[in-house]
Amino acid sequence: MNKEVLVIGGGPAGIECANSLISLGYKVFIVEKCSEPGGHLRKWDRLFPYGVSASDTLDKLLQKSGKAIFFYDTEVQTINQVDEKFVITLSDDTQLHVSSIVVATGFTLFPAAKKEEYGYGIYNGVITNADLEDGFKTHKKELFKANRVGFVHCVGSRDEKVCNRHCSKVCCVTAVKQACEYKDLNPDAEVYCFYMDLRMFGRGYEDLYLKAQNKYGIRFIRGRVSEVAEDVNGCLVVKAEDTLTSRPLKVTLDLLVLMSGMSKNDDNDKIADMLGIKTEEDGFLSLPEPTLNNCQTVTDGVFLAGSVTGPKTLPETLNEARAAALSVHKYLSR
Amino acid sequence: MILNGKKKIWSEYQKDIPEDHYFYVRSCIRQNFFPASEKLFLEVVRDRLSLDFFETEHHTTCGGIAYHSDTIPQETVMTIVARQFALMTEAGYKNYVASCITSFGLYTEILDTWHHFPELESKIRDYLWKTTKREFQKPEYLAHASDVVYKLRNKIADQAKYKLVNKENGEPLKVVEHIGCHYSKMFPSKGVGGAEYPYVLTGMIEAWGGEIVDYPERRHCCGFGFRQYLVQANRGYSLSNTHKKFESMAPFKPDMIITNCPGCPYFLDRWQYVIKEMEGTTYGQDGNGIPVFTYEEVAGLVLGYDPWYLGLQMHQTPVEPLLDKIGIRYNKEEKYLL
Amino acid sequence: MKEFGYSLSPSSRVDLDKIDKIKQERLFALEPGFRKCMACGSCSATCSAGNFTDVSLRRAIAYIQNGQDLAALSLLKHCMLCGKCLVICPRGINTRNLIMNVLKVYGEK
Repeated sequence: MNKEVLVIGGGPAGIECANSLISLGYKVFIVEKCSEPGGHLRKWDRLFPYGVSASDTLDKLLQKSGKAIFFYDTEVQTINQVDEKFVITLSDDTQLHVSSIVVATGFTLFPAAKKEEYGYGIYNGVITNADLEDGFKTHKKELFKANRVGFVHCVGSRDEKVCNRHCSKVCCVTAVKQACEYKDLNPDAEVYCFYMDLRMFGRGYEDLYLKAQNKYGIRFIRGRVSEVAEDVNGCLVVKAEDTLTSRPLKVTLDLLVLMSGMSKNDDNDKIADMLGIKTEEDGFLSLPEPTLNNCQTVTDGVFLAGSVTGPKTLPETLNEARAAALSVHKYLSR
Repeated sequence: MILNGKKKIWSEYQKDIPEDHYFYVRSCIRQNFFPASEKLFLEVVRDRLSLDFFETEHHTTCGGIAYHSDTIPQETVMTIVARQFALMTEAGYKNYVASCITSFGLYTEILDTWHHFPELESKIRDYLWKTTKREFQKPEYLAHASDVVYKLRNKIADQAKYKLVNKENGEPLKVVEHIGCHYSKMFPSKGVGGAEYPYVLTGMIEAWGGEIVDYPERRHCCGFGFRQYLVQANRGYSLSNTHKKFESMAPFKPDMIITNCPGCPYFLDRWQYVIKEMEGTTYGQDGNGIPVFTYEEVAGLVLGYDPWYLGLQMHQTPVEPLLDKIGIRYNKEEKYLL
Repeated sequence: MKEFGYSLSPSSRVDLDKIDKIKQERLFALEPGFRKCMACGSCSATCSAGNFTDVSLRRAIAYIQNGQDLAALSLLKHCMLCGKCLVICPRGINTRNLIMNVLKVYGEK
């Protein structure tokens, strides 16, 4: 049994799992399909609920991963199990022989254009949470000139029409975070959040929500946006129901931010197939013991970490990454 | 507005519409509201484009109005529709084209229901046999007549005598398109362009030189809605829906409205008069209304047919301002002579 | 005018483009807790008057946010200022002060 482990995915889960494995004395290969590590974290500006810098966070994670061997722009092509070892062929024809595999392939950001009624890619003022985060990161000044701004929660989440019945968990607090940040950059803006339920489950989230109401005067409207159109001035006419007063509601906005949720990684089926594991109805990878063990699979030596098994916050993902590393260690020390 | 975004959606909702050999069925109310539209459709496809469109006098109502007004049960309407399919089968056709949007929606709904509940289809086959001794094949292709005109739009443009262009300044006319609810709202994949940004009429307008207006209440119902209109006490509700649409489109200063449904052109046309009487409001230029057309009428105008031959004197909102804008010649004296 | 036997129906739609934001700001200045409401409804559930008359602070706040001032005022008309809502409010809103100031800001002709 060699001490070599393959981690599929070079996002926060993959990096932190590798960090833990390295400290336990393992040699780690990380296969990443993009040209840089960090996954979605690389594209983000600040993290909820405390506004910590995303790039500092990523840098800190990467500082400890020096000994990991990264394969960028690379995907896993085939996996063959020979006795208790895994023989892996990568898309650049590299062959690896490892004793254990950690799948940390994360999620796909829901493609907002699928919700045709919101007009993403059609109406100029409609952007996504990722676009806004990019705007924060690259200081796109023109983006912060809008005086009437809306945030639409649950875009591609809790929506059977796009085959995502699940809650993406992090969008509520992300919307509140982004709404507050927008107000910091443009204090004159009127900001609305359209929500179905506000799921402020984490430490510090409810405080952020209260601050959004109290300090920033953000208006929370309980109702899902039904459609968006442009008026003659190119402004966005947004329709929803205010379910708290049972009335249809209309507001004209300059900017509408769609909170795209976490969908299953598009590669999940392929990866599950190669490893003899399954996906659930929601497309995320299955967990045979979802309460007792968030890392385990039905295939010996194969472990999971992060949002490949469902939407998660970053701290949860990092904890799971460490737990997966310990699971590998326990498996290889048996 | 990012046109490429719309084009992407349009490309995802395209149908493989056959061009020729159709069994054509008329609409109950269109024959009365816009009597020349169906005649013109057949004239264009048969005489101008030499295509095979068959119709039979044995065709009856599809039962859609009764069905949507809750006066007949679903199995009755299905048996009526089964009989229409039997007529198509007996005439030797496989492509079925309906002039009416509600018929189109109803046929689509019934075929889909039979797909999911085959036992219901067997039951209807049994009913049809018991009542009429007829049997039927389901259509291989179900089209709405606007799908066919959409398919033929460039051929019509090739023969066009006029373009949808303001002759004074050469600018494209601003056109509001209004799709019947039952065209693609029930089954977005069955409509060209889908349900949110339907392309069927937009494609015609683009091909014929006009420019489409995308206004906030574009997706809103015209206000017809069967039950809302049929009872006088409910008519204010029907009117209010139409009013909402006009209030929303007015800032865009549209020159005309094109529709593909039996009820929509009728209500968008007639209610403008009622709103003028009640509120004193008109939505077109110079105190006029906004003329409303069926897509066949627009095709006819583009092809150079005489406006009175197209039955445009049946409209309540006068069409003359638009004819003048395009430069279409017509004889004022003959308006009510035909 | 011609008699048609029917007329345009009034719209029930809330138009946020048309609400009086100056009054809302005044109310907020007088009672900053106004914005903290999270619509839990415990004020209305506990309301002494609400069981017998149409009093609901929860709905009144929502109506003010939507610019439906008259509807909000009528929902507070029968309030007896007993203060039960003040005791129960999980966000600690000074509900009595809020009610008094709603009447002050929106009750003026």
